[in-house]
Amino acid sequence: MSLNSVHRVVSELGRVSLARIEELGYIGSLLAESLFFLVLGPRRGQPVRWHQILHQMRQIGADAIPIVALLSMVIGLSLAINGIAQLKAFGAESAIVIGVALGVTREFGPLITGIVVAGRTASALAARLGSMVVSQEVDALRVIGVEPARYLAAPPLIAAIVMLPCLTLVSDFFAILGGGLFSAGPLDISLYSYFHQSLEALEPWDVMQGLIKGLVFGVLIVLIGVGTGFSVTGGAEGVGKATTRAVVMSICAILIADMIFSFFLNR
Amino acid sequence: MSEQSIEPVIDVRNLVTYYGPRKILDDVDFVVNPGEIRVIMGGSGSGKSTLMRHLLGLHIPRSGVIKLLGRDIAKMDPREGMAFRREIGVSFQGGALFTSMSVGENVALPLREHFKLDENTIRIMTRLKLEVVNLGGFQDLMPSQLSGGMIKRAALARAIVMDPKLLFFDEPSAGLDPVVSAELDELILKLRDAMRMSIVVVTHELDSAFKIADKITVLDQGSVLMTGTVAEVKASPNQRIQDLLNRRPRDQEVDVDEYLRRLTGAGEA
Repeated sequence: MSLNSVHRVVSELGRVSLARIEELGYIGSLLAESLFFLVLGPRRGQPVRWHQILHQMRQIGADAIPIVALLSMVIGLSLAINGIAQLKAFGAESAIVIGVALGVTREFGPLITGIVVAGRTASALAARLGSMVVSQEVDALRVIGVEPARYLAAPPLIAAIVMLPCLTLVSDFFAILGGGLFSAGPLDISLYSYFHQSLEALEPWDVMQGLIKGLVFGVLIVLIGVGTGFSVTGGAEGVGKATTRAVVMSICAILIADMIFSFFLNR
Repeated sequence: MSEQSIEPVIDVRNLVTYYGPRKILDDVDFVVNPGEIRVIMGGSGSGKSTLMRHLLGLHIPRSGVIKLLGRDIAKMDPREGMAFRREIGVSFQGGALFTSMSVGENVALPLREHFKLDENTIRIMTRLKLEVVNLGGFQDLMPSQLSGGMIKRAALARAIVMDPKLLFFDEPSAGLDPVVSAELDELILKLRDAMRMSIVVVTHELDSAFKIADKITVLDQGSVLMTGTVAEVKASPNQRIQDLLNRRPRDQEVDVDEYLRRLTGAGEA
């Protein structure tokens, strides 16, 4: 490799890392600004509007319940199918109850919720804000005297902070239900006692862990969606690219955050 | 009118701006007096949109001072900034109406954000402004249901809903047929006379500029070529201004070395 191409690779690497760091900083400042307006906005004539938060809570949270419930049940079912098949070898089928309960509340519940919300919300936010940037609507907000972060970023952020833990609970319930639907037969117990045993096996901390993860995933999804939307350049094509990027990046962020969390919360 | 006796509504001194490494505006001075309709004219890439975006405080200049209504826009705290926003109105090129809101909600948004008014007052004020721009009765339509001219007029209604002292209008006639754009010109003149606004219009439409302007500022490649009345601009001996007025293609000087370098890509990494 010639010196010239080494130089090019190194400078490209530097450029890309700088851009990523800049993005991180931007996303951090979005978070800070949103929280600032939530607390101090009313005093500055820039209040975060309740009706906007409620509207976002419906879009991010309530509208996602059916798909989260369905996918969680499917995951619960496959956990139980796989688990029982493997545990049979040791004659320990009954351990599937605790396995599903722990796996779902600590890991799969928040993860499925996060991925579904990333697919629905990160893309929707990036597309909406991106097209607002392109059509100068964001500029119009600024000249009217409305801070875009307060008006466009804070409402979905607060909605996600409230709704993601709720959705995670929904996911936990339906995944355990899925596990129970399959396991009740082989274990020869009723669905009711399956649930009962699951609750016995769980500590409050197991569920809390999942809820905290869900909350953090929600913050990541909204910030990445809003951040990529605000940074759109280059018209309709730019909006399309931003939408894809928002989904891919938020799913990456969720998986990485999940790994980090699991590491620290299980020490 | 001497400049000493009246404070200008816009006072820009030595404005220099960059886009990345590229210099867009070079040492621009720009002064507009109260009650004046000023047209900023220039070809594509002359920097007229950039000048307006800086006047609106959407970008931070590299150097220079921008004073609007006597206040330096770079030195305003957030509270002053909010009060200042009530004094200016902006109509963007594409209208920039919020697509998720009806026309009426669009026009009402500045009122809702700046004042605590009851719904009846907001509704009446909104409809009044829609009547001013001849869109009476259209408040419940969505922006996607409007024609190009109607979008511009709705955007204008939103810009004037707080009775600003200073109105900015970006390319009022772009993409409109001659009749509709003539109507918009009339509307701009009417607004100045009825509401005593100072109005800055960015345009490259000559007919429209000559009809409404008190004074015209001609920009070219980031510098002010001249500022003067319609007659003065028409009589200007400046070659670039005459090119612009007579729609002549500019004579491009060819730098032979530079041309060859561009073609061969020599000097690129």
